[in-house]
Amino acid sequence: MLCVTGLLVVVLVLVAATVFGVWWRRRDGRVRNLDGGSEDDVDVLSPDDIGHEFGSRATLVQFSTAFCQPCRATRATLAHVASSTDGVVHVEIDAEANLDLVRRLSVLRTPTTLVLDDGGRVVVRASGAPALRDVRAALPD
Amino acid sequence: MRATPAVRREIDPRGPRFAAALTTVVLAAVLITQNAWLLAAQTAVFAVGALAGPAAAPYGRLFARAVRPRLAPPSQLEDAAPPRFAQAVGLVFSLTGLAGLLGGVVVLGYVAVGAALAAAFLNAAFGLCLGCETYLAYRRSFLSRSAHHTTEVAP
Repeated sequence: MLCVTGLLVVVLVLVAATVFGVWWRRRDGRVRNLDGGSEDDVDVLSPDDIGHEFGSRATLVQFSTAFCQPCRATRATLAHVASSTDGVVHVEIDAEANLDLVRRLSVLRTPTTLVLDDGGRVVVRASGAPALRDVRAALPD
Repeated sequence: MRATPAVRREIDPRGPRFAAALTTVVLAAVLITQNAWLLAAQTAVFAVGALAGPAAAPYGRLFARAVRPRLAPPSQLEDAAPPRFAQAVGLVFSLTGLAGLLGGVVVLGYVAVGAALAAAFLNAAFGLCLGCETYLAYRRSFLSRSAHHTTEVAP
């Protein structure tokens, strides 16, 4: 016996999920520049917050969890940038073990990547796996 | 505070995508036929995937036996923990749907199975693991502020 309501639910779910999936794919990994706003709007971190000394040029802070598919690719991207660029370090933070920091920075999903300048100011932010060239372009001078 | 490397199981990322495609078809069939047996079977599949890991679950085995031999080797491997977590989320939704179907609460069945269908389809078509994406939001909302857990981040 076929159920017409069930068929309707299937069609509705597939259409809605497709729209959502296309939207998600467009914005996932996009790198946003936060610098340029007023000083009050910019988050500033200390080496204590991230448990690591800052890089002299930039610090790439990656929030990860154990159940995160794109964290692995993000780790490879950021580690590559850090190892191939002077003064840039990559710090990975277990979001679950640092929920206070996660809340303070309004991190909603993993991976979330923050680019800090030499003074710990959060100048760039990306949620989802960012592209290598976008991370390179986002490094402060 | 730095993530500690840990040894984890790795799988071909195309396996979970294949499993998600099969799951999409089965859950759509459940909604159209309202067949509780079919949903019970899918619930069992989710349970095995959540307990034993995606590679040991029926669709994972089918992938390894019938599909993977025909494909080129994967360009990269993937951690097994996220898809396993997704199977656990799927299990919760399909159990809820089963309770709705068997208990005569039709709306509950539609909502729960519809949500599981959306998640399976997003995984199959876009590679998006909805359960994984919501994991941190869940932990942020429902765990105490002072909670300190030692869950390790995969290497």
